[in-house]
Amino acid sequence: MAIFIRIDVDGALAADAGAARQLCEVCPVDIFSTPDGGALEIVDDNVDECTLCELCLQVGKPGQVSIVKLYDDDAVLQRT
Amino acid sequence: MSILITRNTTVIIQGITGREAVTMTREGLDYGTRIIGGVTPGRGGREVHGVPVYDTVEAISSKSRVDASVVSVPPAFTRDAVFEAIEAGVKLIVVVTENIPRGQVAQMVELADQRGARIIGPNCLGVLSPGEAKVGGLGGRAEDARKAFTKGVVGVMSRSGGMTTEICNTLTAAGLGQSTAVSIGGDAIIGQAYAELMPLFEADPQTQAIAIYSEPGGRMEADLARWKVENDSRLPVVAFMAGRFMDEMPGMRFGHAGTIVEGKADTTVEKIERLNEAGIAVAERIEDIPALIEQQLATAG
Amino acid sequence: MRFYEYESKQLFAKRGIPLPKGSQVARTAHEAQRIASDIGGAVVLKSQVLSGGRMKAGGVLFADDEEEAESAARLILDLEINGQRPRGVLVESRQPVAQEYYLGITWDGIAKRPVMIFSDMGGIDIEEVAEKYPEHVAKRHFSNLLPFSDHKAKELIAAVGVQGSDLNRLTRIAAPLAHLFQEYGLTLAEINPIARLEDGSFVALDGHVDMEAEVRGEHRALLEELGIGEDETRQARPPTSFELAGKRINDVDHRGVAGNVTEFDGTLGLIIGAGGGSLTLFDAVRNHGGHPANYCEIGGNPSVSKVCELTKLILAKPGVEKIAVMMNVVSNTRVDLVARGVIKGVLESGEDPGERIAIFRIPGSWETDGFKILDKYGVEYCDRAVSMYEAAGRAVAKMQSA
Repeated sequence: MAIFIRIDVDGALAADAGAARQLCEVCPVDIFSTPDGGALEIVDDNVDECTLCELCLQVGKPGQVSIVKLYDDDAVLQRT
Repeated sequence: MSILITRNTTVIIQGITGREAVTMTREGLDYGTRIIGGVTPGRGGREVHGVPVYDTVEAISSKSRVDASVVSVPPAFTRDAVFEAIEAGVKLIVVVTENIPRGQVAQMVELADQRGARIIGPNCLGVLSPGEAKVGGLGGRAEDARKAFTKGVVGVMSRSGGMTTEICNTLTAAGLGQSTAVSIGGDAIIGQAYAELMPLFEADPQTQAIAIYSEPGGRMEADLARWKVENDSRLPVVAFMAGRFMDEMPGMRFGHAGTIVEGKADTTVEKIERLNEAGIAVAERIEDIPALIEQQLATAG
Repeated sequence: MRFYEYESKQLFAKRGIPLPKGSQVARTAHEAQRIASDIGGAVVLKSQVLSGGRMKAGGVLFADDEEEAESAARLILDLEINGQRPRGVLVESRQPVAQEYYLGITWDGIAKRPVMIFSDMGGIDIEEVAEKYPEHVAKRHFSNLLPFSDHKAKELIAAVGVQGSDLNRLTRIAAPLAHLFQEYGLTLAEINPIARLEDGSFVALDGHVDMEAEVRGEHRALLEELGIGEDETRQARPPTSFELAGKRINDVDHRGVAGNVTEFDGTLGLIIGAGGGSLTLFDAVRNHGGHPANYCEIGGNPSVSKVCELTKLILAKPGVEKIAVMMNVVSNTRVDLVARGVIKGVLESGEDPGERIAIFRIPGSWETDGFKILDKYGVEYCDRAVSMYEAAGRAVAKMQSA
């Protein structure tokens, strides 16, 4: 169970195969996966490894991906 | 002035597309270091944070002056990368890579000696001249490096990369800046040990005192003591000796590859004795270093 | 990584360095008897332990026939030397010795070259000989870029006054030893003593070889051939199960280091780093009268999961009451990621981080986020204004008041 970080991905973006693949590519700690090349999944075991590099925030439209710092009153990181 | 590097030093990074090297490039540029190119075989034509990537060192050195190179490639490729830099005429080579066999390090150093080049490391974080440049990962992000390292009169040499920052941070907090800080590397054989860098500090008008971090294993502290006496050095030296517990545990390897007690001369007790004989004060704790330096400066001045 | 004498001799044999007749290792007294019978005549039996002082401890015995060899082997195989059970017993032919010599190759960290040392006073500690009879010891550095050339060995041996056919015969031992040193990335290759037998021939009576950990991968085939297992660290003492568990945690991924765990018998668990910081902090804890449960090194920005697993391992160690998490000012390793790892480790052990973590002193990279995490879980922490020494003192004080 991730206790420090939560990653929120907008439903429309998660359904977009191209965006899902991009998310898998950019994350240095493998938080995203597309099992069987299908729908986007968040790999819970890796979420707390998040380095806050914000590369995933660049995927899709601003606000479609957010990083939530659970240790900082749920502060949200988004592309602006 | 500083030693080894200034703001005008042109630097390349070998292995620039690797995880650590990408970060190091960003940090170096932010600090003001003139990083003019990078090398990763097969990746020529790309850019890393705006720095052009080439396939060979020669591709850069044939067009521009290259003063220094940082080698950040896996251990199996390090000797080749260092030879390449030496043969391209680079005179200062900072080897960050850890776990290089001793025999290979000796070969790099031998070739460097023949060609008049200087190797810092391996297994080091690099060199930082406050306000001038930083070559290697020493000090981390530019803003963090500016917090811990400030311009001043103390030359710093350390067998531990992390402790280089800790000592400079302690000096800075006490109002003592640094001329140049060198993370010399934690291996049993390194390109430049204390005694080999001392002539540079001795010749540098900015440097007025030296602080060193040392450990069990090897003879380089004894060699520093010898150098200081033989050359009647103008620079007071203050040392910190870590790993005193290791004296009771011969044959065990802690800390760095070069840190093992195999004979009497390797122990901290013996080393402290050698240093003291040469008039080098040995601090009990890191936070005692600034006061010892002030004391020695006051006596000298 | 030290080789046993019999392994050293197997290595010597690869390059034709002459050994005493027989020279085989036995695991049982019966086997020793068979080897002695094959050799025929007087034999010497030597305990195979990674420790000096075998002779004094009764680990070297002589036998005139195979029956005596059998009972001597039985004694040796049952004898513990400096806490070590013998790996076996080496059985060799025993021949009359006319003179003993010393030959060794090691690294000179100041000259940064290999150095070959020779003496015509073998069989005793070479440092002692060098101190008392310097004219009987010669040293020569040699290049590690050029292939080793015999004349270097000849010059060295001649320097202590060896002449005639002895000079040539000794050169034919020294040169191959240098080749072995370079070929296998050795850090020490020593034959002490080399014996000149009464018939004028030379043999390597005892050998000591060290190989550094860095070249183990490159020479896997040799290690396999000698039967040296991956888990055999060959440090001054064999690794404990706690230490092996620490090694496994570090080997799970290649992101940073959370390893070099060494077991001690105290009550304060340590998560400390990096190389030099760990040495400094371990000294500091002991200076304050603290009792560390372990030594370790974290650095190079390890993954959260690695730090988490290391925390769990240390907390689970019998006797550990609290842990202290301390490093020098970090620039590469991230404060927030280490904080996440240790807190997660404590929580997954079913404990309260505020209670179990005595102190957290890691200033530097990403400390703002790190300190927020520590605040949330009620962990006492300090920034760079508090020295490493002082932080260690606070941890020890908490142990004493608890």
